Amino acid sequence: MLLEVQGLTSHYGRIQALKGVDLAIAEGELVALVGANGAGKTTLLRTLSGVQPATGGSIAYAGCDITRLVPHRRVRLGIAQVPEGRQVFGPMSVEDNLRLGAFTGSRQTVEADLEAQYTRFPILKERRAQAAGTLSGGQQQMLAIARALMARPKLLLLDEPSMGLAPLITQQILAAVRSFRDDGMTVFLVEQNAFAALTIADRGYVMETGRIVLHGPARDLLADDDVKRAYLGV
Amino acid sequence: MAEFLQFFFSGITVGAVYAMVALGFTIIYNASEVINFAQGEFVMIGGMTSVFLLSAGLPLPLAIALAVAIAVAVGIALNVLAIEPARGASVVTLIIITIGASILLRGLAQIVFDRQFHTLPAFSGETPITIGGAALQPQALWVLGGALVVVLALGWFFTRTLMGKAMRATAHNRLAAQLAGINVRFVLMLSFALSAAIGAVAGVLVTPITLTSYDAGAMLALKGFAAAILGGMGSAAGAVAGGLLVGIAEAMGAGYISSDYKDAVAFVIILLVLFFLPRGLFGGKSVERV
Ligand SMILES: Nc1ncnc2c1ncn2[C@@H]1O[C@H](COP(=O)(O)OP(=O)(O)OP(=O)(O)O)[C@@H](O)[C@H]1O
Ligand SMILES: [Mg+2]
Repeated sequence: MLLEVQGLTSHYGRIQALKGVDLAIAEGELVALVGANGAGKTTLLRTLSGVQPATGGSIAYAGCDITRLVPHRRVRLGIAQVPEGRQVFGPMSVEDNLRLGAFTGSRQTVEADLEAQYTRFPILKERRAQAAGTLSGGQQQMLAIARALMARPKLLLLDEPSMGLAPLITQQILAAVRSFRDDGMTVFLVEQNAFAALTIADRGYVMETGRIVLHGPARDLLADDDVKRAYLGV
Repeated sequence: MAEFLQFFFSGITVGAVYAMVALGFTIIYNASEVINFAQGEFVMIGGMTSVFLLSAGLPLPLAIALAVAIAVAVGIALNVLAIEPARGASVVTLIIITIGASILLRGLAQIVFDRQFHTLPAFSGETPITIGGAALQPQALWVLGGALVVVLALGWFFTRTLMGKAMRATAHNRLAAQLAGINVRFVLMLSFALSAAIGAVAGVLVTPITLTSYDAGAMLALKGFAAAILGGMGSAAGAVAGGLLVGIAEAMGAGYISSDYKDAVAFVIILLVLFFLPRGLFGGKSVERV
């Protein structure tokens, strides 16, 4: 297992947002995490990246315990995150955003990686000198993803990459996410759009109020009556 | 006219010092939202340490380099010993910590140095240059030139180097910076080191003109703060413009009204900005009224 989470808990003051989360992700898998508003999905990803402290339980990555590791060390180990709401560096240029994504990387690979991202998202090349904050929502999402890829992650965490985007753009973004997995990257995808996420994923987890309540192959979850009723709106 | 020019020269000279102090405020504020009231003590440490190392027999350039290095060490120590341990405390708490630190540094300076006024020899003589009937001290050119070099070097650092960009990114979005693998604690430490270095350089340059003493920092912090909020807290361009404006206003006030009111000018500017222009001239973040 590339990532193994056991009994993970996390709090905001007295509010417990994670109530003992167990999950495991194997190398090369695309795993989706779905759940309603406020279930704790973002908190889980933030705890995996180390920007939110774990109050209990453990996170093992590639066999090492990283539960207490500082965030920038986790990026160096290969865990990158595309945060909820994109969080691009608005006043800085598109290219500076990408270069900052490679902050932990080696100087030699930066130029080639930059070109690779420009090939993947040609619009970013067109807008390379423009301030990131002036891009449209979809373009900012592409930038946030490309910035995370600049870190050359082994494990990519994505928090609602389709939030607020038009259906066509959502499709493009999710197709790109699927292609990362096809290229051999391990992907953990958080989505409120459960149907879209489970359609491209290998496996899925369902989260409710800080706990994993269901998990299995994505195909089975799509067919599950409870999941259909609660998350697929059918 | 000659009189006006004379006041103007002295205004931009002290203004350049205030601008450097204001830049120090800006850098730490951007990294942490903390207004570091020990900023003036970095200026004092730069000046006083140079004076004492020079009188201990060190050549001036070496004394200056060591003084700046010592100020940087003090800046880092302030971060490691006082700010880092209070991580997670409110910004107001952190500001109060910096006020405490400034009082402590003043006390230590009294013990390590003394309670006298001191000066350094002017770097290139004291023969004034006459321009339009007004006299300009050669040391004033050192202050202005030094401030210009500081501004250009900072501009290069923050727009051309990856570390400088990382510091700006952290100021803009700390969470995203952490997720990009930027060590935000290192960024904070670097901001204290940079601010201390800039303050010390200002102190070294201006000491031949204004003298220095263990308690010179308090007034400088006040004026640098006035400059920073006049320019707009967080804006580097604003800090420079604000510094020059405060310096000129002070020199004109002292010249045309009375030198008794020299130090009152900064207070008046602080009050006016807080009431009428909370975002400053360059539209930085508004300073909360506590
Ligand atoms: N900064 C915070 N301070 C206090 N409580 C918080 C904070 N962030 C989240 N919470 C609470 O923690 C719980 C989990 O929130 P979280 O953002 O992780 O949910 P989510 O599944 O990502 O929701 P969404 O689908 O809306 O993004 C919620 O009850 C939320 O109100
Ligand atoms: Mg969320």
